[in-house]
Amino acid sequence: MIHSTIGSAGHLLVIIAFVTALVATFAYFKAGMSGTLPEETLTWKKFARMIFFVHVAAVAGVVFSLYWIIGNHYFEYHYAWKNSSLSLPTGYTISSFWQDQEGSFLLWIFWNVVLGVVLIFSNRSWEAPVMTVFALVQAFLTSMILGVVIPGLDLKIGSTPFLLLKEVMPDLPVYQMDANFIPKDGNGLNPLLQNYWMVIHPPTLFLGFATTLIPFSFAIAGLWTRKIQDWIRPALPWALFSALILGVGILMGAYWAYETLNFGGYWNWDPVENSSIVPWLVLVAAIHTMIIGRRNATALKTSFILTIATFILILYSTFMTRSGVLGNASVHSFTDLGLSGQLLVYLLTFTIVATGLLIYRWKELPVDEEEVSTYSQEFWIFIGATLLCLSGFQILATTSIPVYNKIAEAFGTILNMALPADQIGHYNKFQLWFFSLIIVLTGIGQFFWWKRVGQNRLQALYNPLLIALIISAAIITYQGVKDIQYIVLLTTAVFAIVANGTILINIISGNYNLSGGAITHIGVALMLIGILFSSGYTKVVSINNSGLMISRSEEFTSNDNKENKENITLWLNKPEKMGDYMLTWRDVRVEPRHIPGYIPKSWVDIVEGDFHAVALRDIVVNDKKYNSKGDTIEIFPENFYYDIEYREPSGRIFNLFPRVQINPRMGGIVSSPDIQRKYNKDLYTYVSMVTNPTAEPVWSQTENFTVNMRDTFFVNDYVAILDNVIRTEQVEGVTLGEGDAAVKAIIRVLDKDKEYVITPSFVIRDRMVARKPEVSNDLGMRIQFQEINPQTGQFSFAVNTTQRDFIVMKAIEKPLINVLWLGTFVLVIGFVMATIRRFKEFVKMRNRENMPASGKSKSKARPQAV
Amino acid sequence: MKKIQIFGLIIVAVAIGIIVSTAGDASTYVDFTKAREMAQEGDAESIHVVGKLKKDVSGRILDMEYQPEIDPNYFAFTLIDNNNVEQKVIYKNTKPQDFDKSEQVVVIGKMQDGAFTAEKILMKCPSKYDNGKMETTEHTAAKS
Repeated sequence: MIHSTIGSAGHLLVIIAFVTALVATFAYFKAGMSGTLPEETLTWKKFARMIFFVHVAAVAGVVFSLYWIIGNHYFEYHYAWKNSSLSLPTGYTISSFWQDQEGSFLLWIFWNVVLGVVLIFSNRSWEAPVMTVFALVQAFLTSMILGVVIPGLDLKIGSTPFLLLKEVMPDLPVYQMDANFIPKDGNGLNPLLQNYWMVIHPPTLFLGFATTLIPFSFAIAGLWTRKIQDWIRPALPWALFSALILGVGILMGAYWAYETLNFGGYWNWDPVENSSIVPWLVLVAAIHTMIIGRRNATALKTSFILTIATFILILYSTFMTRSGVLGNASVHSFTDLGLSGQLLVYLLTFTIVATGLLIYRWKELPVDEEEVSTYSQEFWIFIGATLLCLSGFQILATTSIPVYNKIAEAFGTILNMALPADQIGHYNKFQLWFFSLIIVLTGIGQFFWWKRVGQNRLQALYNPLLIALIISAAIITYQGVKDIQYIVLLTTAVFAIVANGTILINIISGNYNLSGGAITHIGVALMLIGILFSSGYTKVVSINNSGLMISRSEEFTSNDNKENKENITLWLNKPEKMGDYMLTWRDVRVEPRHIPGYIPKSWVDIVEGDFHAVALRDIVVNDKKYNSKGDTIEIFPENFYYDIEYREPSGRIFNLFPRVQINPRMGGIVSSPDIQRKYNKDLYTYVSMVTNPTAEPVWSQTENFTVNMRDTFFVNDYVAILDNVIRTEQVEGVTLGEGDAAVKAIIRVLDKDKEYVITPSFVIRDRMVARKPEVSNDLGMRIQFQEINPQTGQFSFAVNTTQRDFIVMKAIEKPLINVLWLGTFVLVIGFVMATIRRFKEFVKMRNRENMPASGKSKSKARPQAV
Repeated sequence: MKKIQIFGLIIVAVAIGIIVSTAGDASTYVDFTKAREMAQEGDAESIHVVGKLKKDVSGRILDMEYQPEIDPNYFAFTLIDNNNVEQKVIYKNTKPQDFDKSEQVVVIGKMQDGAFTAEKILMKCPSKYDNGKMETTEHTAAKS
């Protein structure tokens, strides 16, 4: 039965949410207009609030409906069919929700609603103007999932997640036979994304996106109601919170890319990554100017520009990733849902309205009486903010190349521009210097901020400078840093740590609440050092130096043998030297669902097209028996782990299990790394090529050998010796009864450095002959015992050969990458402290403002914890 | 001149520098004929070429060479650009796993000694789940 009610309800609720958002915008706008009478304002405000709460309820209903459809596996719905499946573990069913575009818009809408409610309750005096902007944004966002066709115009607005499969793909042949067909199972979540990061990364990132709306709304409200300076106090804690969440979201993505997705590192300069870091950089710049904005008019103006720019950049980023404009340029942008036009209208509306309002009010903004002194805190903070913006601008200028092409196309010319071929080099050329300067300024700025230095008293900076130079010199010598730009970045980052550390020690004893800034700066400096070493000094360890390769002479020898030897081939069970390590590929393993670790693939028989496997033997892991032979167990059918044994020179052995995933959604086979983590470096290993682990081997034509006992014969270039033929009582997979007989041949096969013994058996059972071949995966050989000739005393064997199993792998050393992650934690702590401090300040101010006011606001003033 | 004006001028100068450099570093989409001309003129800039794999009537890929057991870091294939010009492409890395299925290939690199040396390959493969839709994947030849 098709559950059409829930879908219709969801669709209806989206429409209600859209309409209420529009009405709330209008009502809040009316309430915010200063011309109207106070009572009228109040009525409008109450009405607007009520409508907004209806909107909240509708959005909650939409979210619930979509969850209901996914959670109950209603595969008659396209969204559930496409993004979830029965075999999906519960945790990932949640993330099916935001796997697709509609769901991720919904996630964003949901966060906005939550934030809107928090704002309504925490900040009554700004409610009307701020919520006008909020409601308008909600109207645009809900329109993206509206899925309504305007009759007559043939204009489709939005794409709804509540479509039935039948409505999306009406041409499927099955519908002609059975109009009520419901798929038994869905396609499931892309296996590569089945990871806990998929559960927490998108919600965090979208909360980050959503929170940038708050400082923007306050800025607009400030301009609108002419509270030119007052908006900063309530906006600042939110700006910090936003920078915290957005930053964490981006870093989660970076870590995910590093650990699982195998984009090669934590940052790939992908347009999608870039377009989320740029708003963050601008937001951080905005925070700095907001801090001084109440004292300095230039900073105030800049705060307006930057807060508005942050939100516009978020919209621009949304437009880029979802409109299909990136096309070839990005690995992980969404496909075009036909929303480009709508997204463009969204982007342009806010750009034009916000810039228009700013220009309109520009003349009313204050002007600085005198020039800012070079020795003032404002000056240094201002320079820092400017550099952050320039850094963002550089990233944006390059990332937007596909957009230039589209714009040129719209004007009838063809630009044919493409992203730089060497992206890393291109970005580093600028970013390395920008960040060297920025990080120095964090140190200097803090000294000016806390008035430790000033005109004619710069001495206080000498000690940190001296200490920093000594420490940097030590690191440079010890680590062998030779590149001048790396030396500069390292020295500046060390200086920032020392300088901010000095300040931190000074102020922490007084009031630790104020130390957020210094801590955040130390975090950034640590991150830069981590990035410098882990990226700048990445070392490929899997340089092939076995000498066994047939080399393409000039190419191999040119450029110091570096160019093309970064992957090595490993044959099953054949040790190979790599750097200091001796590597052996031991096995292919599979991942059972309720058993720790991985088990050899040969232990189970995977049921095709299912997530179950039949145990071919007792499953014993760490001396604990989990299943008996013949049991059916649950596994992750897409994942295969390649057991690679590393033997260190000391003789210590460890194993890494890089993963290979059979993933048709990603075009075939996707590999993920396994990482050996040491305190000072990561050893990052991944399989760059394998023979498909699910494919059956292709055997060569049968070759027959008839030999005498102890004869030597040649199979597939190996020397084989028939050592013996003996009677046996046990043949695997065959039960021998009374009167049955079995013999097995013992054939020795000599490889270069190892001997293999292959024992095919010949069974006479119930007067029937059975021949049980034996396969050696190491040799890529199958031998079957064909015949015994009693007359001649000769034995016949049938031999097939196949490609020997091999993998191609790559190993990279990433030194000091833990400093990057450590810096991340420090950064987060700093941001949290700064956010709490500014919230406290805001609450104090709000309560003070509310005190003398009439009784009505007293009861409503409730401190809001974050 | 006021400090703020000097400051503004510096920012504008840096911004112009950024734009000029972006334009300079930006690669272009060209065809193989143009790529050969550029190589002859000694232009060593990396370029993008869009093309399709050379296939026979039954859809088998022709002139493709990859023997990991001999050299896992050497992959060669023939690409036909949009003007039907054939070109041998060498990619000094492992063969991308989904290469055989790709409908459209973008190679980024330059002509060297008669062959196009690709530093990066972008592929469009038909998506299994979205009929008619394409997915892009990216592969980079490592260098260090």
